Amino acid sequence: MTAVEVPESPERRTPAPAGRRRVSLPVRYMLTAAAAMLLLAITRAVTDQTPMTAPGTFSSAIELAMPIALAGLGGLWAERAGVVNIGLEGMMILGTWFGAWGGIEYGPWWGVALGALGGAVGGLLHAVATVSFGVDHVISGVAINILGAGTARFLTGVAYEGGQTQSPQVPGRIPSFDVPFLGGALDDLADKHWFLVSDVASLLTAVTHNVSWLVIIGLALFPLTYWILWRTPVGLRLRSVGEDPYAAESLGVNVYRMKYLAVVVSGALAGLAGATLIYVFARQFQDGQTNGRGFIGLAAVVFGNWRPGGLLAGAALFGFTDALQSQQDSVAHGLLLFVSLLVAAIGARLLARREGKRAVAALVVSLLVLVVWSGTERIPNQLIPVTPHITTLLVLVFAAQHLRMPAADGVPYRKGGGK
Amino acid sequence: MRARRVALAVAAPLLAFAISLVVSALVLEAAGYSSGDAFSAMIERGGRSITVFRVLNATGPYYLAGVAVAIGFKMNIFNIGVEGQYRLAALLTGAWAGSQVAGHLPAPLHVLSSLVVAVVVGAAWAGIAGVLKAYRGVSEVISTIMLNAIAVALSAYLLVTYLRAPRRNANDLTIGTREIPGSGRFPLLNRPLEALGVEIPQAGRLSSYLLLAILTGVAYYVLVWRSRFGYDLRATGLNADAARASGIDPKRMILTTMLLSGGVAGLVGLSSMMTEAGRYTSDVVVGGLGFTGIAVALLGRNNPVGIAIAAVLFAYLDQASLALNFEDIPKEIVAIMQGVIVLAVVIAYEIVRRAKLRIEAHDLASDQPEPSLTPAGAAQ
Repeated sequence: MTAVEVPESPERRTPAPAGRRRVSLPVRYMLTAAAAMLLLAITRAVTDQTPMTAPGTFSSAIELAMPIALAGLGGLWAERAGVVNIGLEGMMILGTWFGAWGGIEYGPWWGVALGALGGAVGGLLHAVATVSFGVDHVISGVAINILGAGTARFLTGVAYEGGQTQSPQVPGRIPSFDVPFLGGALDDLADKHWFLVSDVASLLTAVTHNVSWLVIIGLALFPLTYWILWRTPVGLRLRSVGEDPYAAESLGVNVYRMKYLAVVVSGALAGLAGATLIYVFARQFQDGQTNGRGFIGLAAVVFGNWRPGGLLAGAALFGFTDALQSQQDSVAHGLLLFVSLLVAAIGARLLARREGKRAVAALVVSLLVLVVWSGTERIPNQLIPVTPHITTLLVLVFAAQHLRMPAADGVPYRKGGGK
Repeated sequence: MRARRVALAVAAPLLAFAISLVVSALVLEAAGYSSGDAFSAMIERGGRSITVFRVLNATGPYYLAGVAVAIGFKMNIFNIGVEGQYRLAALLTGAWAGSQVAGHLPAPLHVLSSLVVAVVVGAAWAGIAGVLKAYRGVSEVISTIMLNAIAVALSAYLLVTYLRAPRRNANDLTIGTREIPGSGRFPLLNRPLEALGVEIPQAGRLSSYLLLAILTGVAYYVLVWRSRFGYDLRATGLNADAARASGIDPKRMILTTMLLSGGVAGLVGLSSMMTEAGRYTSDVVVGGLGFTGIAVALLGRNNPVGIAIAAVLFAYLDQASLALNFEDIPKEIVAIMQGVIVLAVVIAYEIVRRAKLRIEAHDLASDQPEPSLTPAGAAQ
């Protein structure tokens, strides 16, 4: 996984040993995705649970992953500028409320826009508290979560008669997108259940057939974020503020402005995540429907080592697990094998880097999960949704030294306060 | 000087409360309601004697959640995991208190052993985050968020699979632990209160859970401000490097702090379960107290008395908000009020802190002797 591949980590600053070439970023992402797909194909083949990699599973995984991924992208923007955003959950709730309300009043695209705007207002509040007043970031975030949930509930009571905890159905839909001519051939291939080939065909079917434009926009925001943050002057300034605001200040960067920009964008993305939740499945606002997805987005940021690609991988894992939850028990049971393989892969990487102690620990955990998998028939239904949470904890435990968050993340900044 | 310090300390919460009143009044007016009606209904409801009892009963959980968070705050540890800690602890405590073994114990032991279970479970769950932070450097904010979700799922699994009480009849659909017998419940304080001459309204009950909260508050004060450990704790919170240089083991401090915080958190969910409700169900032990605890600890500035005032305020707002339903005003305005208070209070603290720095700098400057214009020795 990308979570353990950190070119900037201190121990790799030294020139790479001969024979170990640095591969370019897109290639690395492709390799990681291919490795994940291979693990999944092995899992499917070993457990013989075809629904695990059916097109339907992948498309609901993508839909379930999208709100988490977008919330996480919001977290990434803020944290890259050095502001921790625990308030993602609250901003996402504002996004769901305004997304539904805008959809009912003005139509679906307006709903999406207003959802993003609602989240952006939450982001602005967070920026005022943390950037202008130097309040502890986590504290401000907690307050915004309370405030966001309260505001949404209050507005529900104001705007909709009778039903106090939910809005009416949102009329109108965001249109979906189909790649022409591909569907039939891919579907046939997916049905063959050939090792790896059919699994990949399933995934391709899912991403080319009946995909909401909202999902496509959401996915497009990832390369866009990468390009803005890592390939433009604004992005460089924004990230420099997250690494060392006083150095950035000395070079003439307006630190406050960068942080405001990042946190407001962060809120807007969280709001968009909320709107996605409305338009991709729920079709109405319900109290508590975000169900901690903002927090999970934050976990995906850490899982993905504060990089868009890694974050997307983390969100995909959460989404995939969510999708399996609606399948039969025996399908979800295969998840244990997948987690075991995943941790083993991390262990193998650690071994390749000659980090023997941690590699052994990872392999032991992998073996333990494998034993549990072979000794049980099913995962209890209540525990399936937290598989990614446990995986995230494992990744944190084994890869913590490889994770590198922005150096000044969460540190209050005051202009001219440097030493 | 002392008077000014106290004034500055009190100014911030008062300012925050005033701001939250103004903001919620504006929100109410903007939504087309009369803020005057809303506030007077809330004040009228708050003045009833039955409300006083309900507020006091509701204060306990808020107070304990606040103290649990504050213990971490004193050492710059952010225990967002109070939520998961108390929910798991309440379930296992409910299972123990309702079990046949515990039922044979005499009343004081029955309650005490239940408290021990709650503290141990809460501490153990928090300890996971403590170990991860101390030995693997994993941020407690992320790990406790993960552990919260895992605790909720684990509770649901344990309850349904192992701890569920047999149904009482065919219509009984609630999923909960066994009923806790009278010997395992917090005794009511009604009789002692009557002996003291307090008039108790009909249906008014006061659980001794409140005493548990007060005792914990005293213990928190003694531990943090009057013990060697507390000194180390505060020193580490103020300056971790200096503390390490003076021989304090930071890893042990992190772990102990998490265990203590989690131990107190374990008690948060017991109030209603071990008083009138008498068993664990998901309706009795509600979620969200962990996050309210963060708000309460912030409002009370981690001070044992301050947290108490904040807990009473939050409990009062919750109870008084029920009056709004009769006025056709969404009672969720109170949640907005609570959120604004927290945000306003931290901003106000920051403003006050900056003002204090400015005053101190000013005092320091005026204490300096005037620089003499004539060269030294010229007067001779």
